[in-house]
Amino acid sequence: MSFQMTRGRRPAALAARRPSAATPASAGAFDAGKWTAILLFLPPALLLFSLFVVVPVGEAAWYSVFNWNGFGHPTNWVGFDNFRAVFANRAFGIAVRNNLLIIAVSLLVQLPLALSLALILADRFRGAVALRMLFFMPYVLAEVAAGLIFSFVYDGDYGLLAGIFRAVGAEPPYLLASAQTSMLAILIVIVWKYFGFHMMLFIAALQGIDPSLKEAARIDGASRWQVLRYVVIPLLYPTIRLSVFFAVLGSLQLFDLVMPLTRGGPADSSQTMVSFLYTFGVMRMRVGFGSAVGVIVFVICVAFAFSYQRWVMRDE
Amino acid sequence: MSDDALSESTGFDGTRLFKVLFLAAVAVFVATPLVATVLGGFKSLGELRTNPFGLPQHWVFENYSGILTTARYWVLMRNSLIISGLTVLLTLITASMAAFVFSHIRFFGRALLLNYMTMGLLFPAATAILPLFIKVRDLGLLDSYFGVVLPQVAFGLAMSILLLRRFFKDLPDELLDAALVDGCSYVGFFRFVILPLSRPILATVGTIIFVHSWNAYLVPLVMLNTDRLYPWPLGIMVYQGEYSADWHLVLAFITLTILPTIILFFVAQKHIIAGLTSGAVKG
Repeated sequence: MSFQMTRGRRPAALAARRPSAATPASAGAFDAGKWTAILLFLPPALLLFSLFVVVPVGEAAWYSVFNWNGFGHPTNWVGFDNFRAVFANRAFGIAVRNNLLIIAVSLLVQLPLALSLALILADRFRGAVALRMLFFMPYVLAEVAAGLIFSFVYDGDYGLLAGIFRAVGAEPPYLLASAQTSMLAILIVIVWKYFGFHMMLFIAALQGIDPSLKEAARIDGASRWQVLRYVVIPLLYPTIRLSVFFAVLGSLQLFDLVMPLTRGGPADSSQTMVSFLYTFGVMRMRVGFGSAVGVIVFVICVAFAFSYQRWVMRDE
Repeated sequence: MSDDALSESTGFDGTRLFKVLFLAAVAVFVATPLVATVLGGFKSLGELRTNPFGLPQHWVFENYSGILTTARYWVLMRNSLIISGLTVLLTLITASMAAFVFSHIRFFGRALLLNYMTMGLLFPAATAILPLFIKVRDLGLLDSYFGVVLPQVAFGLAMSILLLRRFFKDLPDELLDAALVDGCSYVGFFRFVILPLSRPILATVGTIIFVHSWNAYLVPLVMLNTDRLYPWPLGIMVYQGEYSADWHLVLAFITLTILPTIILFFVAQKHIIAGLTSGAVKG
């Protein structure tokens, strides 16, 4: 506690306590040195962050009320027309539905998978570390590489899936080329790519649990299942909440993985909000329209983050 | 282990068998696409069709050697290395300086500024991408390494500052007190005391930033127009577009481009796992 109290103590106070350094001049020098350090060290980060993060986000809000192709200055004020056009767009509706689908699969498939693997792999046994590494590996690979690998897996002529179908004598499907199956194919890649990250979060949390808690419960006659249900899982709640937080925010912004697999097609069936922004805003240089999509994504993400932190993670 | 000692003898084998089968199924699910990609690069196109899973019957080395002997692959690697290297360097310099101020110097408005910076954790990069494009264009940085590097640094700052600050704060305060009494300036203290003590966290943050930058797609896609400057995620998409039917070549190319990531993963796995998972934990 006293250690905490000394943290950040003003050098002037220090100087006063130590007579050898207690001349006013040196206290003043400390203060000058302090401001030198602040003025030298803070501006680079502040400037970069403001110029390339905060200002562009603000500008997105500004551009979103103009019809603008990006050249000259935005002059053609259209009010909320861009937003109306976005919401009226059929592909955007599909994109929103797909983002919700991605969230649902992340929470209902990926998270339980990650949790159950973590419960097994948090124990020490031969091969546990190797399996952890293997399962984490897809997370480290670039989305683009993962997407291309799976566009090979799904390829109807040369792919692995086609190989399986041919082996049992069936006609190979072209998952990515059909509007009915493109999203299913992407969802499988999402689970493949990201479950290892959540698994690692859970393993780190599990290894922080005091083993005597489990032992005490066992000695008191709890079954393995009861220990899991009433001791281990409740201790993991903070991590589960965190994992849900990241899964939802990541799902809302999914883009890189979509491009190598389908580019949002066929017929916009696998569009996400960000791939929609890219296809209809960036590629066609419709700055106002694209910025309106960006603002919608922003509002959804920030509203989710704030309300989640307020109501779900309020204890942490 | 204590679980095993305490477990009932009945039903144990069933659970164990289930666990082993479950792990094996997931391992096959994860590993098969990766292994098939590497092996596919050693097959001819014809064999890929008849034998997508197994070891190649005739090992073809021309796919790999053909890519490794052309400039194309090396240009992509060079561009990626330059972009990621500059991003890591600039992020570490600016973030560690800011984190030092936020951890060791008290001044009016500190909490406000720190909150301002950490806000960046929530901002989706996609929202800013069109204004960012216009800004980078107006700065004359379109089609340059820095047009990619600066936005990437800016978007990595919030997390880097939080991680570094948490580490700096835990360094004993007596260090600063002693240094100041001995006539060391804040700047000197940062340079000669904090930085040398912070190598582990600098390595961890550097590794996360590197992996993110190395894998980044959206920002380079928007900021770069010429193949000459493309990092590998863009280059591999172009390559796949050109050789879309020649999966044996595409697979070899994928393998060679993800090879650096996989090597880095095994060399720096401690930093990568610590970094990527602790980057997720709130500061």
